[in-house]
Amino acid sequence: MTQQQIEAVNDFVIKFANVNGSGSASANELFAKAILRMGVPVSPRNIFPSNIQGLPTWYEVRVTEDGHLGRRGGTDMMVAMNPQTWDADVAELAPGGYLFYDSTRPLPPSRFRDDIRVIGMPLTEICNAVYQDPRQRQLFKNIVYVGALAVLLGIEPEVVEKLFGEQYKGKEKLLASNVQALHLGCDFARENLREPVGLQVRRADRVGGRIFVDGNSAAALGCVYGGATVAAWYPITPSSSVAEAFQKYCSKFRVDPATGQHRFAIVQAEDELASIGMVVGAGWNGARAFTATSGPGISLMAEFIGLAYFAEIPITLINVQRGGPSTGMPTRTQQADILACAYASHGDTKHVLLFPEDPHECFAHAAAALDLADRLQTPVFLMTDLDIGMNQRLCEPFAWDDSQAYDRGKVMSADELEAGRDFGRYKDVDGDGIPWRTLPGTHPTKGSYFTRGTTRDAYARYSERGPDYIYNMERLLKKFATAATLVPQPVLRPAARKTALGVIYFGSTSPSMHEALDALEAQGIHLNAMRLRAFPFPESVAQFVAQHEQVFVVEQNRDAQMRSLLVNELNADPARLIRVLHFDGTPITARFIVQAIATHVHPTKEAA
Amino acid sequence: MTYLAKPRLRHPTLAVNKVGYTRRDYEGKISTLCAGCGHDSISAAIIEACWELDIEPHRVAKLSGIGCSSKTPDYFLGASHGFNTVHGRMPSVLTGANLANRDLLYLGVSGDGDSASIGLGQFAHAMRRGVRMAYIVENNGVYGLTKGQFSATADQGSKSKKGVVNTDSPVDLVAMALQLGASYVGRGFSGNKAQLVPLIKGAISHGGSAFIDVISPCVAFNNHPGSTKSYDYVREHNEAVSRIDFISGRDEISVDIEPGEVMDVRQHDGTLLRLRSLHPDYTLGDRHAAMAYMQRHQEMGEVVTGLLYVDPLATDLHTALNTSGRPLNALGPAELCPGASALERLNASLR
Ligand SMILES: Cc1ncc(C[n+]2csc(CCOP(=O)(O)OP(=O)(O)O)c2C)c(N)n1
Ligand code: SF4
Repeated sequence: MTQQQIEAVNDFVIKFANVNGSGSASANELFAKAILRMGVPVSPRNIFPSNIQGLPTWYEVRVTEDGHLGRRGGTDMMVAMNPQTWDADVAELAPGGYLFYDSTRPLPPSRFRDDIRVIGMPLTEICNAVYQDPRQRQLFKNIVYVGALAVLLGIEPEVVEKLFGEQYKGKEKLLASNVQALHLGCDFARENLREPVGLQVRRADRVGGRIFVDGNSAAALGCVYGGATVAAWYPITPSSSVAEAFQKYCSKFRVDPATGQHRFAIVQAEDELASIGMVVGAGWNGARAFTATSGPGISLMAEFIGLAYFAEIPITLINVQRGGPSTGMPTRTQQADILACAYASHGDTKHVLLFPEDPHECFAHAAAALDLADRLQTPVFLMTDLDIGMNQRLCEPFAWDDSQAYDRGKVMSADELEAGRDFGRYKDVDGDGIPWRTLPGTHPTKGSYFTRGTTRDAYARYSERGPDYIYNMERLLKKFATAATLVPQPVLRPAARKTALGVIYFGSTSPSMHEALDALEAQGIHLNAMRLRAFPFPESVAQFVAQHEQVFVVEQNRDAQMRSLLVNELNADPARLIRVLHFDGTPITARFIVQAIATHVHPTKEAA
Repeated sequence: MTYLAKPRLRHPTLAVNKVGYTRRDYEGKISTLCAGCGHDSISAAIIEACWELDIEPHRVAKLSGIGCSSKTPDYFLGASHGFNTVHGRMPSVLTGANLANRDLLYLGVSGDGDSASIGLGQFAHAMRRGVRMAYIVENNGVYGLTKGQFSATADQGSKSKKGVVNTDSPVDLVAMALQLGASYVGRGFSGNKAQLVPLIKGAISHGGSAFIDVISPCVAFNNHPGSTKSYDYVREHNEAVSRIDFISGRDEISVDIEPGEVMDVRQHDGTLLRLRSLHPDYTLGDRHAAMAYMQRHQEMGEVVTGLLYVDPLATDLHTALNTSGRPLNALGPAELCPGASALERLNASLR
């Protein structure tokens, strides 16, 4: 061993290379959770190709006492359980790193590296000796390695046992067999793997009251809290788990205990055209409705999105973005549907987009989206991505104020109609561009109207008159300006000292951005940072751009879509807006941001 | 949500139905379709059916796709909310609307281009799901609004106005509806109001997905010799399997039944469909028999009309989903939001 081993406490990256379908996912998650329970933040990421069984998957855990939840890059320890990816996995390890592997079948020296430390454990042999059933042999192998790693890395086995206890509450047999497997691993490591490992987990107090959850579940829960009653969807990675979680939470919270009846309707539609159609129908008829999809689904939904915009129907879309265009990289992350959603459909359209940064905001913004859709009578997009959607993140706990009422927007009641209130479906009565609507069935003689995608006058009467069209289109713009005052406002993180540099970012880039800002500051590069949370851009965004000589716009797509939107919508000087683009499908890292910005600020220094 | 009708002033000579409305109350805007278009006759039949059924007009939601046929909801039931959606995708919008408020009656109006081409998938899946609605296709075998192209229901060998022969085989929506699980399936002819009105009444009162294909000649583009969807052709080749009467539940007692010729089909809500079978070999309530009968006659160049199949006890999507009896759009935070304390427990479980 020629190289110094990596030494780190509570600050390293461990990666598990597994075979899809081998049951490793829950073991790996257990590993991450055990570290969390020891008060040390972790940030895990599933890295999985587009396939179901037999092909490789990775689970990367960043152990981060400082709480940096972005992806770090680099691997300090590799748990190499997949022969197929062995060479690449070994090659990926940082010099001085650790390779943990199943040594049941010996490998020639050529399959290793001499600048890493190899820890072999005959996992298959151990399991074959203890378990008869082939599936058990396979499944418990994962638990056995978790036990061994616990001992090697200083994770308290009692913590893992406690997690088992919670997971298998009431299933004593499963509990006992898992604990047994855990101990098989622990005991072997204590007896045979005695050389200390430089990577250690030590108890800390850095997790606090935060919760550990994925963004898709969080968004689904937000839809439950926000009062969505109709959900229609079509399976697509990485959004399917939104609908599945909605189903799960509804079954828990929305079943009438007396009658067993459901206060929700969920339909797995035949395609995205139908799913958005159902949402449009439900929204038209006064239910809060949403769909969850990803890029290809958005493409298919475009015609209906235009109808909902023009006919002014509240709908909510949760777009969990993945790598495009076309099928692109269906299991990788991007922020590449910004323009497709902002201007979805044909003709002049503009849509409200929300950009949550983590599961906490996925929850809050999903509920807010339902309110906004009703309030504005328009499509509202929750723009998450695979990185937030499908990875568990440490985040602030969900919060709900029971005194808050749903904002159902301007719905005219039968009594108001009866009292003689003038009803013009597309009339701007209040000067905010938002008209009043009535729901089908409200009143026998008053307030009915015909909804259509063609032009009409303020009283919803079919019209092809130019002035009627212009009145309507301009009112829609006014409504959009109103939206800018209602959407979540941007969050400012000022630099420690006065600076002419700014940076704009949004969504899942957040944790890496925070880490990057700290690192840049340490290098003497100070930036005022603005996190966008919505489109249309509130006034403060234009001000922010105007106040800085240079504003970096950090995003995860090739074409600088957010920058285009800023230039287009704010008339901002393109020369001031500098692209920082990451689009290889992996989550953006702090290292990448720091490098890109530092190179721009000190081009010569970096070149040296 | 519902609102009770108030007593209204009306012309003393106009007949009123049980809910106090005259036929005029079921009318809509003046039609802009070509004079003689079959679609207008269907609108008239819908008006008649709703009036006779004593439906309060505002309790109907009428939805359509895009096309001449899909324009028609504007021409009847002026006091109901209407929705002219996008081409071929009315079924999904109707499904969503129905999920939001199960208390209204849903009328879906579509054309053969709308439902048999671009919307074939949505048509099929709405039938499969058993969405409670009366789905009426106004079938003229052409694209009317875009001026005369063949639609997918045009018969093989039939000729367009310009003399072009259609070489594709037709989509038979009735056969599809039967196969896909629609629980009320009929075929009508816009020129036969006496048959069409009870057919529509039965569909509206049906507890599941009801489908009626109505041959509705397009006088502008498909009413020439060589077309199998022209008035003359259909009149000459019509083969009615049944004559139906629709009897509201409360009238049931006053009806005398002649055994042998008449079959009464009692529906969920107590209403009766009275079928006078014109053909002793026709058995209602058997999907396969219905399909076979229809296809046999089709091969003979006949258009079979009437009620072809009904499952009188059919239920709908809400039953399948076990949805709340109170409309979903009427539920508020008290019924929908689990509240802060449940959220606290959830937070705790995520640590
Ligand atoms: C527009 C769009 N929606 C959804 C998807 C996601 N998607 C990929 S494969 C698939 C299902 C394929 O099902 P099937 O054809 O039955 O093949 P199976 O996987 O069962 O072998 C879906 C929904 C997609 N790629 N594009
Ligand atoms: S073009 Fe044909 S379908 Fe359209 S209105 Fe005229 S007759 Fe009717």
